[in-house]
Amino acid sequence: MVGIRTQDLRKVYTSSPPFAAGGGFGGSASAGKRGKQPKTEIVALSGLTLEISSGEVFGLLGPNGAGKSTTVGILTTRVRPTGGQAWIGQHEVWKEQVPVKRLIGVVAQRPNLDFSLTAREILLFHGAYFGLDSVQRTKRAGELLERFKLSDRADQMVRGFSGGMMQRLSIARAMMHDPKVLFLDEPSAGLDPQTRLLLWEIIREYNESGKTILLTTHNMEEADALCHRLVIIDHGRAIALGTPAKLKSSVPGGFLLRLRFGRQSPDLLEQLRALNGVREVRANDQNGADLYADRGGSLIRDIATLASAGNVDLQDVHISEPSLENLFLHHTGRSLRE
Amino acid sequence: MNWKCFFAMLVRDAHVARRNFFVLILQTFLQPLMFVFIFGRVMVRSGYMPEAYKSLLLPGIMAISMVFTGVWAVAMPLIAEFQFTREIEDRLLAPIEIWWVAIEKVLAGSLQALLAGLVVIPMAWLILRPGVVFSLDSPLTFACVTVLVALFAACGGLALGCSVNQSHIGLMFSMVLTPMIFFGCTYYPWSALNNFPILQKIVLINPLVYASEGLRATLVPQFPHLSLLAVLVALTVFDLLLLATGLRQFRSKAVS
Repeated sequence: MVGIRTQDLRKVYTSSPPFAAGGGFGGSASAGKRGKQPKTEIVALSGLTLEISSGEVFGLLGPNGAGKSTTVGILTTRVRPTGGQAWIGQHEVWKEQVPVKRLIGVVAQRPNLDFSLTAREILLFHGAYFGLDSVQRTKRAGELLERFKLSDRADQMVRGFSGGMMQRLSIARAMMHDPKVLFLDEPSAGLDPQTRLLLWEIIREYNESGKTILLTTHNMEEADALCHRLVIIDHGRAIALGTPAKLKSSVPGGFLLRLRFGRQSPDLLEQLRALNGVREVRANDQNGADLYADRGGSLIRDIATLASAGNVDLQDVHISEPSLENLFLHHTGRSLRE
Repeated sequence: MNWKCFFAMLVRDAHVARRNFFVLILQTFLQPLMFVFIFGRVMVRSGYMPEAYKSLLLPGIMAISMVFTGVWAVAMPLIAEFQFTREIEDRLLAPIEIWWVAIEKVLAGSLQALLAGLVVIPMAWLILRPGVVFSLDSPLTFACVTVLVALFAACGGLALGCSVNQSHIGLMFSMVLTPMIFFGCTYYPWSALNNFPILQKIVLINPLVYASEGLRATLVPQFPHLSLLAVLVALTVFDLLLLATGLRQFRSKAVS
């Protein structure tokens, strides 16, 4: 059984981050102009410590540039950490790369299939790299093509495949050598709902066979549906960790009402705080407020009444039910999609 | 060292090369054979070139074909795979130290270059005959030189492929490969530069000079050529230099 551990992992890019790491900007460094200025330093991870048990489906959740892909990159030997350590099972990733690579299967964020080969050949050669003999390879490739509904296109070059087919094949390839730990970087980005459900089913099934799975996503629904536990990261730091249910219940009240007024009025915010069921009120941009409460729609009338009494125009209300999205917003003041 | 994995990657490259066989053939041989035809046949038959030029041309054409094939076979896939398609990630994640992935590319490229070099001899002979006089008095020396030339081509491909941006491929051909070929003593022996003493010294930094002169020394020793010892030493040094540069660049591309 193989788990994953990281200890105070840090990564600072001195040139632009690789494709897989999303080109995001974390930390305090600014993007700066190109040219004669000194090298721009981009802090992608600043001290990430995680402990993922074997057999767990663990999610890394965060906006673009939060450090998700960099974490996956370090754990899969593709990114050199600036500081800290990471282990897959008993093996320290940077120092024992070959044993680590034997244990892991990786699905990158961008499709990186071997375009000079057919779908079946991609699986067969991948199996050969991992030392499967020809009988095993042929059998396993056939099964995976069937499972991922790719059998009818198995002997075509992958150049002409749709995005969804390439993604399915990438995942099949990562499973080809039956790795103990599977990394999926944004596995369902760009998939249609039907394929997404197929993918979720396959991920659950793979996990049930005792495998550890680490997936990154910025899709709350996916994290909620698949992950046993997840960590929310932002600017390369873990800001919350736990089961999806526990994380959601940690948001004060659970409900979030995003309000926008015609003008900013501190008095009004004070009055809102006093409303029954309201747990927390935060001013967001110039004229808005985020209101955390244990009820949703039934608060609107009171808010509207207070606003009109204070001569403030209530322009927009958005209610969201308890969700990980709210949790992210609560911790960072920013929406995941921003 | 995981030989199984290394061998599987080699089989993959052979498989892809076989699939693209026809394109590879056109790419490798069309240009040198047209050159052979025009200079070796048209110009000679019409009396603008002496008959002996046919034999002089053969080693040069062989060097060009080998270098072009090796560089192309290694550099072009690497440029695309590192910068655009990321195809190589599959092999970087295979259970083998990553520099073996680069070594495998060099080996595959060298084999292709060798093949190209050995095919050019009979093809050129067919186009040029009668009148080509070449000898294989010392097959071992010829084999040594040919292998060193093939390695030079593949290592050069590795160094270029891991250093050049996709947007600069055109520049790579016009700024690196073309001058290398023209100042590489391919269409003329090094001694032909006796009247250009400065240029004659400068071209010595061009590894292709040693490739052409080395092949000339072993295939058509009747023409003036650089000493074989100088050729062997220079080619070995260039091979090692390019391999070291290539591996360093490969590493910096492969790991961020």
